Amino acid sequence: MIVFENISKIYPNIVALEKVNLKINSREFVTIVGQSGAGKSTLLKLLTVEELPTEGRVLLDDVEINSLKSRDLPSLRRKISSIFQDFKLLSNKTTFENVAFALEVAGKSREEISETVPQVLELVGLKNHFNVFPHQLSGGERQRASIARALVLRPDIIIADEPTGNLDPLNTWDVIRLLVKINELGTTVILATHNREIVNTLNKRVISMDKGRIVRDEENGRYIL
Amino acid sequence: MLASIQRIFRNGAINFYRNGWLSTATISIMVLTLLVISSLMILSITTRVAVETLQNKIDITVYFSKDATEDKISEVTSELNNLGIVKNVEYISKEDALSKFKERHKDNSLLLQSLSELDDNPLPSSVNIKAKDPSNFANIVSFLESGSAKDMIDKINYYENQTMINRLTRFISTTRQLGLALIIVFSTVAFLVSFNTVRVAIYTAREEISIMKLVGASNWFIRGPFLAEGFLYGLIASIVTVAIFYPVLSFASPYINAFLPKADIYNYFKENFFQFFGIISAIGVGIGVISSLIAIRKHLKN
Repeated sequence: MIVFENISKIYPNIVALEKVNLKINSREFVTIVGQSGAGKSTLLKLLTVEELPTEGRVLLDDVEINSLKSRDLPSLRRKISSIFQDFKLLSNKTTFENVAFALEVAGKSREEISETVPQVLELVGLKNHFNVFPHQLSGGERQRASIARALVLRPDIIIADEPTGNLDPLNTWDVIRLLVKINELGTTVILATHNREIVNTLNKRVISMDKGRIVRDEENGRYIL
Repeated sequence: MLASIQRIFRNGAINFYRNGWLSTATISIMVLTLLVISSLMILSITTRVAVETLQNKIDITVYFSKDATEDKISEVTSELNNLGIVKNVEYISKEDALSKFKERHKDNSLLLQSLSELDDNPLPSSVNIKAKDPSNFANIVSFLESGSAKDMIDKINYYENQTMINRLTRFISTTRQLGLALIIVFSTVAFLVSFNTVRVAIYTAREEISIMKLVGASNWFIRGPFLAEGFLYGLIASIVTVAIFYPVLSFASPYINAFLPKADIYNYFKENFFQFFGIISAIGVGIGVISSLIAIRKHLKN
């Protein structure tokens, strides 16, 4: 379970989050909506400890992750995987190596890597693209590669920050369907988006944010802003 | 543990290969740096040889009076040797002096004839003194003039040559200082250029570094491949440097020898090949690894 407890994040002159309280249960599929600058990304960055709150606590299964030491962050980040709008693939590694990298950093054996990576790449539909570099892939393929990388360590939580922002409608739905499938297999998925169609079709819990505050939190919610 | 060290080296080697152009550029700069350092080594050796040659040419001669016995002179000689600032004392007896004189003037029959008309050997016995450092001559002279031997000393040729000796002494110490200054300045410049090149190479990878952190890589797992890359830069750069250095030196060596006949630079470097290669590769690898270590620190924070 993830708990945001009275979280404020204040940059010089800008209040990004103001007294946010939020609980997300494990295995939930949560969509966070809101306009640019509403605080969605900041909220998600608190979970991966890329940012620290100015006030309040972030708890993951009763561990206060905002006060973790930097040497404990790598193991946290192997439990929480991220997918980004700009994919963030390693440009000088092939698709296979990008996915394998996540396993390498976790110290998995070579046998395990050569067994798992092809399975995951096949799952996301990239079985013919093992040995190509990110710049040789299309946008949709890149996003699927980054989903494969996020999946391969079987994380507890997947954070998807505008994962479809750079994709055409067809690829958008591929990615969303993958996320739903991952969620059905037992992973918590937190999806930040401002795509109205996705939100309304998903029919899951929707958290609406505006100016750093949570303005609405509904089960089976819709995109209302 | 072993597996991750292996991975780190493999990843470093792959990055090195895939960033071919960047690696080539970085290595070229490091080769230039190492060539500058090698040239500075030549400069330092030639300066040393030149200074030594010059120093060996400076000496003073003490002429003894007629009643100075050989025993007393050898006493003075051993006292001089005990001073610690004397490099070499050479005793020249009256007879030696005479035969040297005759040898030198063997074409001057008039002089030799007049010499043979004398009953006695008119030449004094003497000692020739070389100092460890030319600036010590003043001390040696004052030691002789105040010590037990002062009564049997007829003349010391120091004062006639004093200006010349001082001028040479100044020249030698200026040469040394200038050499040292040149070495410090140029090696600093060379180091900084190399360091910055490695820094730029790592700067281009800053995006990758932040991604690796997000995927959950520990700092050492990120840092390792860059250090391995830095190691490779240094190693390859030093091999290239040596491969350029020896042929160039063998070509240039006769010209250097023309100035300094005593310094056979090429042979010196040939004989000390492994030592030279060791030093150059240690410097190269040192620059590569340490620059990488410093450059990556900034990107690993938080």
